[in-house]
Amino acid sequence: MTNSKKENNLKLILIKTLSLLLLFFLWELLSFFSDKSIFPSLIIILKTLLNEISEGELFFHLGMTMYRVLSSFLVAMAVGICIGILMGNNRKIDQFLDIWNILFLNIPALVLIILSYVWFGLTEIAAIIAVSLNKIPNVIVTIREGAKSIDKSLLQVAFIYKVSKLKKFFIFYLPQLYPYIIASARGGIALIWKIVLVVELLGRSNGVGFKIYEFFQFFDIKSILAYTIAFVIIMLTIEIFVFKPLDNYSRKWRN
Amino acid sequence: MVTSISINIISKVFSKNEKSKEFHQAIKNLKLNVSKGEFCSIIGPSGCGKSTLLNLVSGLDKDLQGDILFDNKKKLEDIRTAYMFQTPRLLPWLNVLENVEVVLSQEQKIRKRAEEILSIMGLEKFLNFYPNQLSGGMQRRVALARSYSSQPELFLLDEPFVSLDDQLANKLRNMLLKLWTSEPTTIIFVTHDLREAIYLSDRIVFLSKSPSKVLFDTKVSLDRPRCFDNEVIEEYRKKISEQTKGFWGGEI
Repeated sequence: MTNSKKENNLKLILIKTLSLLLLFFLWELLSFFSDKSIFPSLIIILKTLLNEISEGELFFHLGMTMYRVLSSFLVAMAVGICIGILMGNNRKIDQFLDIWNILFLNIPALVLIILSYVWFGLTEIAAIIAVSLNKIPNVIVTIREGAKSIDKSLLQVAFIYKVSKLKKFFIFYLPQLYPYIIASARGGIALIWKIVLVVELLGRSNGVGFKIYEFFQFFDIKSILAYTIAFVIIMLTIEIFVFKPLDNYSRKWRN
Repeated sequence: MVTSISINIISKVFSKNEKSKEFHQAIKNLKLNVSKGEFCSIIGPSGCGKSTLLNLVSGLDKDLQGDILFDNKKKLEDIRTAYMFQTPRLLPWLNVLENVEVVLSQEQKIRKRAEEILSIMGLEKFLNFYPNQLSGGMQRRVALARSYSSQPELFLLDEPFVSLDDQLANKLRNMLLKLWTSEPTTIIFVTHDLREAIYLSDRIVFLSKSPSKVLFDTKVSLDRPRCFDNEVIEEYRKKISEQTKGFWGGEI
């Protein structure tokens, strides 16, 4: 790395830190001049967070939420990628399923969640189905776009050299979709965890969403914020340690 | 086993667009036999259906009236074919070695066939490079290595050295000749450059404007090895130009 690049990186980190500190400062200001039970100071939030951790409750609920986020994420990606590829490659299937997709894109998350609970009962499966159904149409739209822009000239190479079907799919076809898959995965995980909280609030007896609802009933703002911060930190960690490296890996051949 | 080919295309049409019933007649009554191990060049004006012909022979396009036979009976599926396109068509996410190995059989891989051909092409130091780290000329070398390492019984080339500078193009032509001499195969080489055709081939076939058919078919009776910048080739070019004059309005 050159010196000027290093300097730029330092500057960037500095700006981001300053901006974050400013946000904290504004919050503290707000907290100082208003009701502390509604705008609790950061120190109180932090204390609550540590307290929740030492009591052991927090990790259990975080874990349950993470489990739901990951399972519905995997289901949504798998189903979305399959249908997206089918629609991107076959005009008839595309025309046929397009209207379904538009319909699902426009059904409010809340409606899907409630219907899912009504039809499948207040179960774990119903929760995961509800979250997946909310995400699948988005995945389909992105993957279909990718499948439509596939470079056919590379597939012709596979044909000429009589490459096996499996190899053709995984080496000649799928890598062309990686940027689209990663884009929809990144946007997906953020959307999914927001929906998971609503699902938990409406019909589960554990998880971050359930806890937040509980705190809301006691008007316990500091605990709500403590849970929120804990989960945001986890999601950021996933972004930095899973998606960023995956993204870099998938475009290592580009630089 | 290297194969011979008998091409007998009665008609090849393209519909101009999906709805209308208008057709473009690309090829009509084209007969061409290429014998085992022959280096046959095909010359024609642009848009005359040269690439269409290669696509039909390679099976990329299966929609034709007529037939194309290999060794007089075999089907395309039983023939090991290689095709070098106008662009290298390498997989950008595979490195040089992987790009060659991806078309090889398990047995060829174990015999280190890819490394062998790549080092003949002078690419042994670039095995771990990705295509976009290579120059255009090197990418074509990798494409040539990929084609040849699959040990083709039939090798199709569609203006593979177009848009390269003379020196680079010549280097690649020599590499092709070197490979072809050490491991003979039947070659159909499409070009619009008569000098290139004379330098490389055993035989040159001239196609007409579309609907294309064979206009003129001549053996190149020059001893090998030949020299590209030689008077002999220029003389030969003038001779053939004279014979083919007026074919497409004196285009050559």
